[in-house]
Amino acid sequence: MTGRLAILVLVALAIGACGGDEPESLVVSAAASLGDAFVEIADAFETANPGVDVELNFGGSSSLREQILEGARIDVFASADVATMDGVVAAGALASSPVVFARNSMVLAVPQGDRGSITSLEDLADPARFVGLCNPEVPCGSLARQVLANAGVVASIDTEEPDVRALLAKIGAGELDAGIVYSSDIDAADVDGIPLDPAINVTTDYPIAVLAGAPSPDLADRFVAFVLSAGAREILAEHGFGTP
Amino acid sequence: MTVNGRRRRTQQPPLLMVVLATAGLGLFVLPLVGLLGRTPWSELTSLFGNDTATSALRLSLVTSFAATALSALFGVPLAWVLARVEFPGRSLVRGIVLLPLVLPPVVGGAALLFALGRRGVIGEPLYSATGFVLPFSTSGVVLAATFVAMPFLVLTVEAGLRNLDPRYEAAAASLGGGRWTVLRRVTLPMIAPSLLSGLVLTWARALGEFGATVTFAGNLPGTTQTLPLAVFVALESDRDTAIALSLLMVAVSLTVIVALRDRWWGTG
Repeated sequence: MTGRLAILVLVALAIGACGGDEPESLVVSAAASLGDAFVEIADAFETANPGVDVELNFGGSSSLREQILEGARIDVFASADVATMDGVVAAGALASSPVVFARNSMVLAVPQGDRGSITSLEDLADPARFVGLCNPEVPCGSLARQVLANAGVVASIDTEEPDVRALLAKIGAGELDAGIVYSSDIDAADVDGIPLDPAINVTTDYPIAVLAGAPSPDLADRFVAFVLSAGAREILAEHGFGTP
Repeated sequence: MTVNGRRRRTQQPPLLMVVLATAGLGLFVLPLVGLLGRTPWSELTSLFGNDTATSALRLSLVTSFAATALSALFGVPLAWVLARVEFPGRSLVRGIVLLPLVLPPVVGGAALLFALGRRGVIGEPLYSATGFVLPFSTSGVVLAATFVAMPFLVLTVEAGLRNLDPRYEAAAASLGGGRWTVLRRVTLPMIAPSLLSGLVLTWARALGEFGATVTFAGNLPGTTQTLPLAVFVALESDRDTAIALSLLMVAVSLTVIVALRDRWWGTG
């Protein structure tokens, strides 16, 4: 029993050790909300640069920032808001100043088919509904709270999800009746979006930057230039992002 | 063989063994050193006193003990059946019971959601019949913790039952002990060490549970935000609180594990 276990562990270690081979690789930490758009952009970048392998590390912007500040070997950071990027700037962890490459706004998301029959932001105050927001520490959570404050709604919250993908998954599965997410998320997930009154809605800028400790700084510069190019803007637009 | 055995008892352990053991220990000690090195000692008491910490600690203790109790209630009979009853497909059943040990907890949480969520296979009829919803509730946290932790109890108790010489039970039965009496007076006391270690492992796993909880039960302070979830949230905003909470978890777990081990083995 233990012998077999030991062999398993050794095999696992051997497989792990063989992982990091030759092709030039680039590690990009990107906000969870950029998910599908960045997968496509990375594919396009790899096609345009044969032999380059882009590794995407998605997560809540603030967790990504913490990873960077703890010294994770990351080349490029794309954050879902300027405040999170500012934390990285303040720590002196950037190689160049951040550039805004995309814009997003918020929307009320309900399960596809809207079985919970939520129609407006005011319904979120109903304690009988299951309402989720992102955790206040991640941009989608703080933006959602700004929207609620602008609308003067005190939501009856049932869960604060660690990132927007986790929140969307629970709305899509119908476990939550509604949540406030990015406009760009509506196409990707099994949710319907109810647009918010522009008077109370908020927008967020997505900045991108090369990190000071980037293992592949030249490649990182090229990737950032690529994200700012017309081709990438088109991909971002397809996924519901505005561009500056 | 006997020569080796004698030597091992009287002389120093082989150097290689000590070196490897020390390296192995290092893996467990280093993260603790890292944690202690970052600890804001002067602010510790005020960090422990904040609402997030106290409510997360309370919730963690309540849910981990509830999960341990549920695991004992269902896990001991399960272990007994697996150890003592021959039935077709027993290995498969054992495999299913032990699955949460290898499954990523997030997968377990998602599976629980598909089964017991408001739109789940069982959860939907339950909801329409009673209005009862497990996700986003403290009961959901207990269920998620029971799901990931109970296999530890089943595993250790089943091993204990298998190692128990059935002649003791046979003797007790021949002296006129009914099945329950034998179970209560002979079987359970004789497997007490396995039962106790199983309970401790189960409790420790339940206390540390994160993935299945956040996936199935969500995260809301006071209702579903246990210590591990509070640490995860605090890491993103308030590192001192995160470290204080982590330290609290280390202290609570270590105290219980060491105290209980000393008690049933009588060694330090």
